[in-house]
Amino acid sequence: MRITQGTFSFLPDLTDAEIRAQIQYALDQGWAIGVEHTDDPHPRNFYWEMWGNPMFDLRDAAGALSEVLACRKAHGHAYIRVNAFDSTRGFETTRLSFIVNRPVEEPGFLLKRNEVGGRQIQYTIESYAAARAPEGRRYGERTD
Amino acid sequence: MASQAERYKSGVMPYAQMGYWDEHYSPKDTDIIAVFRITPQDGVDPIEAAAAVAGESSTATWTVVWTDRLTACDLYRAKAYRVDPVPGVPGQYFSYIAYDLALFEEGSIANLTASIIGNVFGFKPLKALRLEDMRIPVAYLKTFQGPATGIVVERERLDKFGRPLLGATTKPKLGLSSKNYGRVVYEALKGGLDFVKDDENINSQPFMHWRDRFLYCMEAVNKAAAATGEIKGHYLNVTAATMEDMYERADFAKQLGSCIVMIDLVIGYTAIQSMAKWARRNDMVLHLHRAGHGTYTRQKNHGVSFRVIAKWMRMAGVDHIHAGTVVGKLEGDPNVIKGIYSVCRDSFTKQNFEQGVFFDQDWAGLRKVMPVASGGIHAGQMHQLITYLGEDVVLQFGGGTIGHPDGIQAGATANRVALEAMIKARNEGRDIWNEGPQILAAAAKWCSPLRAALDTWKDVTFNYQSTDTADFVPTATPA
Repeated sequence: MRITQGTFSFLPDLTDAEIRAQIQYALDQGWAIGVEHTDDPHPRNFYWEMWGNPMFDLRDAAGALSEVLACRKAHGHAYIRVNAFDSTRGFETTRLSFIVNRPVEEPGFLLKRNEVGGRQIQYTIESYAAARAPEGRRYGERTD
Repeated sequence: MASQAERYKSGVMPYAQMGYWDEHYSPKDTDIIAVFRITPQDGVDPIEAAAAVAGESSTATWTVVWTDRLTACDLYRAKAYRVDPVPGVPGQYFSYIAYDLALFEEGSIANLTASIIGNVFGFKPLKALRLEDMRIPVAYLKTFQGPATGIVVERERLDKFGRPLLGATTKPKLGLSSKNYGRVVYEALKGGLDFVKDDENINSQPFMHWRDRFLYCMEAVNKAAAATGEIKGHYLNVTAATMEDMYERADFAKQLGSCIVMIDLVIGYTAIQSMAKWARRNDMVLHLHRAGHGTYTRQKNHGVSFRVIAKWMRMAGVDHIHAGTVVGKLEGDPNVIKGIYSVCRDSFTKQNFEQGVFFDQDWAGLRKVMPVASGGIHAGQMHQLITYLGEDVVLQFGGGTIGHPDGIQAGATANRVALEAMIKARNEGRDIWNEGPQILAAAAKWCSPLRAALDTWKDVTFNYQSTDTADFVPTATPA
């Protein structure tokens, strides 16, 4: 399966030039770029590992892209996303977030059904990759 | 002004003379201001008509009463202070009326509206009356909870940024069994939508009991979440006959792990505020379907404009509100819709007569409401929808998903691909308004569901004259 989190997951994987264009757009809005990676893509894993702090003072798309490439070099077997943070009053949140790297094989999630009283079911979503190995070894080579 | 003894002599006196008209009045920052479109009966002076509206929506009755003199009655009288002819419409006037904050109960839409639209709309000296806009002072706004969740927190909870959200209403809206209904939900969510929605009149009918619907829908939601790795939701409509029933349904939705519940506007302002408080207490997004509003918002000469309803609903505390599509099958002039979207999403709304916004409105940190565009829209209009409506909106393609020739999943995928392709192109600096069709065609080359959607609906538009339009054009000078 293909995990479809992020703004552009229904499109073919973005090329580096396309990633750079999106970064440029975010910088033009005054947003700060952050790069994050994880090998636990559970939809409610809100805290991916930060590839350094958001780059508040970096206004150069090529520089931000080089951080993406460096993260990909270190964590090429994992998921990597680019976030753009907006500090404007009334937003103060992420404004754009898209995946720029994903594992070759994405085993996806098991839906666990815990049958409780009546016809009710408590649902839990479990990542096959996270269940089969500790952090850093879930998608082949070590990524931590 | 006559002496106090003269003023309070028993009998009937024009409202303007009773103190409900004061052309020199300068509204205080804490006043609530309403602007009404009044159509006086033939021979009725517009200023007297405006004063009558002020009177009947505050302290007055048809005759002088001595008991006014037991109170600080000058303070409690609403004051009409300005009457302008409506540009280009003989016989209609915009009248501005200021109300002191002391007239209102804190945090109560019911109390606010009982005054402002309570008695006065049936008043005989007026042929018609429409509440066009209101300025709510910060002091009053701060007594309201506002949206239970708000756009920012909703997006963070859903982990979805940078694009409109996508939804669909299950169709047919009545008649499906719970199990078949859940099938539609699953297919649409797995195919790429973020939300599916109960329609306004899905409650608990003989063909589908509410508990059955909730159970099957949550199976569909969770199955789709596991299949995609995304957070998904279904607006479970908890609209019911009594508050007790609604709380029971909402509690069950929460117990099942739903992230969102839904109510209809017809449940009433007090019930809406109760559900907003329930939603805040229970970490739930609250979706409002504006069922019934067209009965009083659409005609320009009488009723309440939807921008006012949108303001009240932001104060009342809903997170989603249906607010028009511009291009779809339901009423929606582009300028008026822009004004309504501003009311939902701004931190500070600027006066903009062309969009029907009569006042600056500081929202005092009240959270933002996500507008929902629903009704007769399809993937081929994606560039127009994004241009008109922006990014913080739920685009709902009901027929445009479920009616896809290759099935519901394909319909959902077509919409999601069209959306992402258009956002990507816009961010890359393309002129999507003009290049939209080419951008869609390019995506359709590798996405066959999108190709089929474009082929099926390519020429569908709803080009009818809008009824609710703004009265001001850029060059007009009212007054």
